[in-house]
Amino acid sequence: MTQELAELGTIAGEYQGDRSALTQELAELGTIAGEYQGDRSALIQVLLEMQRQNRWLPKEALKQVSQNLGVSLTQIYHIATFYKAFSLKPKGRHSVTVCLGTACQVRGAPRLLYKVTETLKIKEGETSADMQFSLDTVRCLGCCALGPVMVVDGEYYGKPTGKQVEQITSAKAIES
Amino acid sequence: MAKLNSAAHLKKLRQLILDRDDGKRVVSVTNGTDGRTRHSEVVVQAFVSEIKKQGLAGKIIVKSTGCHGFCEQEPTALILPEEICYVGVKPEDVPEIVSQTLAKDKVIERLLYEDPVSGQRITKESEIPFYKSQNQTVLGNNRFLDMKKIDDYIALGGYSALAKALFEMTPEGVIEEVKSSGLRGRGGAGFPTGVKWGFCRNAPGQPKYVIVNCDEGDPGAYMDRSLTEGNPNSVLEGLLIGAYAIGAHEGYIYVRAEYPLAVENLKTAMKQAEEYGLLGENIIGSGFNFNVHIHRGAGAFVCGEETALIASLEGKIGEPRQRPPFPATSGLWGKPTNINNVETWATVPLIINRGARWFKSLGTQGSKGTKIFSLVGNLNNTGLVEVAMGIPLGDIVFKIGGGIPGGKEFKAVQTGGPSGGVIPRSLLDTPVDYEELTQLGSIMGSGGMIVMDEDTCLVDVARYFLNFLAGESCGRCVPCREGIYQMLKILNRICEGDGREGDIESLEEIGQTVRDFSLCALGKTAPNPVLSTIRYFRDEYEAHIKEKRCPALACKELISYYIEPDKCQACLICLRECPAQAITGGKKITHVINQSKCTKCGTCLEVCPPRFGAVTKLSGVKVPEPVRQEVAVTQK
Repeated sequence: MTQELAELGTIAGEYQGDRSALTQELAELGTIAGEYQGDRSALIQVLLEMQRQNRWLPKEALKQVSQNLGVSLTQIYHIATFYKAFSLKPKGRHSVTVCLGTACQVRGAPRLLYKVTETLKIKEGETSADMQFSLDTVRCLGCCALGPVMVVDGEYYGKPTGKQVEQITSAKAIES
Repeated sequence: MAKLNSAAHLKKLRQLILDRDDGKRVVSVTNGTDGRTRHSEVVVQAFVSEIKKQGLAGKIIVKSTGCHGFCEQEPTALILPEEICYVGVKPEDVPEIVSQTLAKDKVIERLLYEDPVSGQRITKESEIPFYKSQNQTVLGNNRFLDMKKIDDYIALGGYSALAKALFEMTPEGVIEEVKSSGLRGRGGAGFPTGVKWGFCRNAPGQPKYVIVNCDEGDPGAYMDRSLTEGNPNSVLEGLLIGAYAIGAHEGYIYVRAEYPLAVENLKTAMKQAEEYGLLGENIIGSGFNFNVHIHRGAGAFVCGEETALIASLEGKIGEPRQRPPFPATSGLWGKPTNINNVETWATVPLIINRGARWFKSLGTQGSKGTKIFSLVGNLNNTGLVEVAMGIPLGDIVFKIGGGIPGGKEFKAVQTGGPSGGVIPRSLLDTPVDYEELTQLGSIMGSGGMIVMDEDTCLVDVARYFLNFLAGESCGRCVPCREGIYQMLKILNRICEGDGREGDIESLEEIGQTVRDFSLCALGKTAPNPVLSTIRYFRDEYEAHIKEKRCPALACKELISYYIEPDKCQACLICLRECPAQAITGGKKITHVINQSKCTKCGTCLEVCPPRFGAVTKLSGVKVPEPVRQEVAVTQK
């Protein structure tokens, strides 16, 4: 199953920009859930893998999941909107997350968030128009001693200064 | 390696590992999630390659370990057996450590921890004040364990408690031992663990399930992450012992979405345990079978509540349900289920090995053993702290935490996460145990302790938690869903300067209703942050409402930034840095903030050179009229 999903990831790369072709492939790859035929309890795990690989959950793929697991689309939407890990909107190539846990909060996370929004020119929950960055906040990543913490594409940064925020994100933009 | 088939076989394996590693030095580098914020992975790699390069391969073992506790100083490199502890290690320090300390036994002064109070350098880890008053038993092994090597755990005597339970104790005997130890759930509610196990064992119905709750959602608490990352085998061993005692053959580990490294390390531990025959069929040849699955959470705070967690495991949305029936009688798939949190499970092997009497010798009348706290916030030393229950709160904050940085005053400590409350300075001599904290209007919770200094506004803190809880309430029951929302509305109003007479009373009234009538623990404890801040800091609420003043100068809408004309040296720094271009003035002309343009971001205060200190915050008073005046530059 992970291998199939890995392929899903490369497909997303091949079709950069062409969303209709991408979603068609994704619909076919909704067969990820095929292995779990009828195992409704696997729903969250299947969606998590799809989210991880594809960064969002397209409707076409969800329809396929619905068929394979025997779970109604309503139920899938219920799940996908209840849990914070899922996105029903396309996400940017790079994910930037600012921790707003209590320890980060009292150590200036709001100011860090302000700096990040200024740098990326997007607000919390938004994706930049060029699909480069998505900005999200999270309630505690468990690195409380190093707060405020920012995560960019899975890499953690403790107490980044405004300048570092600019450097890290501009390096990412060049990378892609 | 053949599968272990007896307790003697396990002992033999342990001896083999001990012989193999005998006489070798160990460099243990913290490489958990916190260390990785400071690129500890590169440090680990640097040690491996540098040791090879300097011809010391085979003599030194490099261990990539979880957090030792003092996360703020990471990455640290602890050299054993000498216990030399280098803090804040950078990749470029590694060649020197290898050539000096590892090759020539020379201690490198500059990399040692410097006590900020005495200015002294401290060589040994255990002598650092942060560790001195601690009693690390559950967390303590992290420093000796490579996160990805079960052998290290076995070398420390790991899985011998499991062997003892399987071969020398009956399931009832195990439950009796845990009961008699007085161990209480470390996840929040503090229910006696042995009693819970007994309920599940005696409940009719098969199969039975055991679950590890690693959905550590309380912001500011991360001991479960550190344990799961750094010592995943201790969690597995505890779970296996519990499964044997309860009569379960299948288990789940529910890990929250935000902890990818914990999942990775658990998977490795499970795979290695299976290869040794410590997991799966016929464990250590005892005839006991047990399988475990990892379930990743998808980001919902309420899933830490046991009935919501079970719903989530079943592939549903994480909504709690009415109890009873308790999971012990009707849990996962309607079968008897026992859920404990990570720290509780990880404590079990220690109790079985060292005995209930040892565990009982630590702690207070009602709260036995040690507890891990995450000591964070406005504090000199932040990190994970494990202490015997009953230690005064003040000792944790000042002796271990080293007090408040920057010469600021201590204001309050918030315990128990969003469901907890704040405790003021006057109550710092309270011994930490379940009952004492509850009496003060807070809770032990999972052990988060967030220290706040004088610059923290407690009305704003209450608002912060309510905002969090409003977002995390699952929406199923009315008191929680609507009550929290109404309280948040009032708190927003107060913080924004629109507080009214009677608001405090309304908060108290709604709070009591939410507490008494909500379905699950999330709602029942949600008013704690509000009620406890009103209880101890009512004057702050009143200042906000009556004088439109924020005493801590924190609430944006109630403060103004102001440049004192007499102190301003017209250096142009704030004028240039202001992102809103709200500052006017010029060379030799005092800078003035245009209050209508100011976004109150605080940049001017941050950039104004401390030797001038010209920018201040005002609250509850009118900002003086601007004066345009030439500056007599007295300072450069």
